[in-house]
Amino acid sequence: MTAPPARSADLDSASSAPLHPAAREVLLAALDRGYADPRRLHRAGREARLLLDNAREATADALGVRPDEVTFTPSGTHAVHLGLLGLLRGSRRGSRVVDSPVEHSAVRHAVAWGADGGTEVRVDRSGRVDAAGLVEGARSADVALVALQTANHEVGTLQPVDGLQLPDDVPLFTDACASMGRLPLPDGWAAAAGSAHKWGGPAGVGVLLVRKRARWRNPFPGDDRVDERSTGFENVPAVLAAAASLQAVVAERDEVGTRQHGLVDVVRRRVAAEVPDVEVVGDPDRRLPHLVTFSCLYVDGEALVTELDRRGFGIASGSACTASTLTPSHVLEAMGVLTHGNVRLSLQRDATRAEVDAFCDALRGVVAEIRSRVGL
Amino acid sequence: MTAYDVALELDCRELPCPMPVIELARHLGDVEVGELLAVVARDPAAAVDVPAWCRMKEQDFVGADAADDGVARYVVRRLG
Repeated sequence: MTAPPARSADLDSASSAPLHPAAREVLLAALDRGYADPRRLHRAGREARLLLDNAREATADALGVRPDEVTFTPSGTHAVHLGLLGLLRGSRRGSRVVDSPVEHSAVRHAVAWGADGGTEVRVDRSGRVDAAGLVEGARSADVALVALQTANHEVGTLQPVDGLQLPDDVPLFTDACASMGRLPLPDGWAAAAGSAHKWGGPAGVGVLLVRKRARWRNPFPGDDRVDERSTGFENVPAVLAAAASLQAVVAERDEVGTRQHGLVDVVRRRVAAEVPDVEVVGDPDRRLPHLVTFSCLYVDGEALVTELDRRGFGIASGSACTASTLTPSHVLEAMGVLTHGNVRLSLQRDATRAEVDAFCDALRGVVAEIRSRVGL
Repeated sequence: MTAYDVALELDCRELPCPMPVIELARHLGDVEVGELLAVVARDPAAAVDVPAWCRMKEQDFVGADAADDGVARYVVRRLG
């Protein structure tokens, strides 16, 4: 038996990152200061309003957008739904969506729910969408919008959001949940979405960005809040903590991103060299800094997750046997890469070389052990 | 309906992922080079994983058809 590592390593930051230290203090202070209704004119209400406005300005500043383009939502998923469906409702053209087959399920569900059908453009083996195909698809008169993620949440490949030459009246929705904070936002979108728990903010905070000149109409019932695009009572402490975390993440991303990118290079190289019959997928260079995905032939994904967890490594998997639906990841399927024995590893901000080396050391034995169960 | 005349057909209808691909690997040597080997599987992952296996192991994925009972069948030509 291999000895467990000194501390267990959560290598699944893409599912959720722990609260950033900068957010923790802000959250604790704001719990006392920001409880009131920010629409009220009394002292406590004004205090909450001040914190909410601060959060909006800090978020806008960190993302390089205007404060009035920022809306806080109760989740990243809700931000995706509002952003995509709002552009759909605002369209003067049609009600179909052109997107990639590797979008997050939040985008796919929104399209299935609200659009009058859609066209999925092919991706290559690395998961990158055919940009010319997206533009060509967008020319059809019944297309309301194009949806394209900034980066893929499962394999890390960056998408060519910048510079898509779409028709003037076809807006772009970009799901930026996988990259927000870690990488600068691309240009060219009319609406975008992010999710705070993926950058070390609290859960329950999404960010919807709608460009000043975008034709966006609320697709859901409205409300009478501070921000006309949002509904429900604002979670001011959580929103402020999310903004503080985002600022901190943006301030440290050159150092953290460079270190993570190098550590992922180590994982990509070591896994490919040391594990037989493995496929490391996603673009090796033009990718998220912190994330790598690979698949091991003849290995049951659930067993892989369980055995790595026993050795102290928490990883995600896109294999069918680990999904509630028992279907393989639609991302891996669209790329045409092996779906079983799949591992998605995503580093936390404090990841070290020792941690990734310990993971690679353990992986080889785990894969060999699971294969030996079936005599391979 | 079956569209390919295969030398060997593996019944993996009731096997979960990744067993159909494991069975394919186990039985590749049971057919001659140039012959066709098929795996019949309900496992939805097989539709992706059989072609991916062929690419990784340098075999030829010929295509998919259906067994007589309508279950998906994936056909591979042994190249080596």
